[in-house]
Amino acid sequence: MSVKIRYFASMRDRMGKAEDTVVLEGGSMTVANLWKKISGQSLPSNTLIAVNMEYTDGSAVVKNGDEVAFFPPVTGG
Amino acid sequence: MKVDIQDVPFDPCAATRDYESALPKGKHGGIVTFVGTMRDFNDGHDVSSMFLDHYPGMTERHILGVMEEAARLSNIMDAYVVHRVGDIKPSEPIVLVAVWAAHRADAFDACRYIINYLKERAPFWKRETTPQGKRWVEHNTADPAVEAIGRPTRFA
Repeated sequence: MSVKIRYFASMRDRMGKAEDTVVLEGGSMTVANLWKKISGQSLPSNTLIAVNMEYTDGSAVVKNGDEVAFFPPVTGG
Repeated sequence: MKVDIQDVPFDPCAATRDYESALPKGKHGGIVTFVGTMRDFNDGHDVSSMFLDHYPGMTERHILGVMEEAARLSNIMDAYVVHRVGDIKPSEPIVLVAVWAAHRADAFDACRYIINYLKERAPFWKRETTPQGKRWVEHNTADPAVEAIGRPTRFA
């Protein structure tokens, strides 16, 4: 399956890129496992996750064609 | 209801007036606006400029979601939000929340609800330029109403 990954703010700096498309074996995977696969690390505790622009957590299941975003706490307004 | 995300400065009074010109005449009895502006200090540091990052699409969707919740919780006629992104200078407006209602209580409550939950949910990130260099802001200052009771008064 193919998944689009996006990074914002300090997470973009940390990963050294704004986005990536990864091709993975199998038809689904949890966000936590996806993160481990792409970073080789466990997810930093204050990281927020969105799948297809909706907030979720590491247990969410990602499928082919999904857009997954990782970013720090939001500071707008 | 409408959300505008823009990378150029705006005049909150003109934006409110322009949006209001398309609303039915004589129906609202009050307009409450909140304008957030950029400070030249934060967390004990001088701040000379700021860059605001956002997640196009998700940002608009979540602000509109908060506005729709406010409209379900209170009796308002309309609401309009403008939010800056990109490079911002001290004293420039960052955000405008304008709410039109027949009565002031609904307008005040909905305006506070929208700005508080926009700050909590909408994906924006501030990066400040200080004499020590550039740094991402880690957290926003909280509204005591959210800290104390979790929800603005009438929506508790």
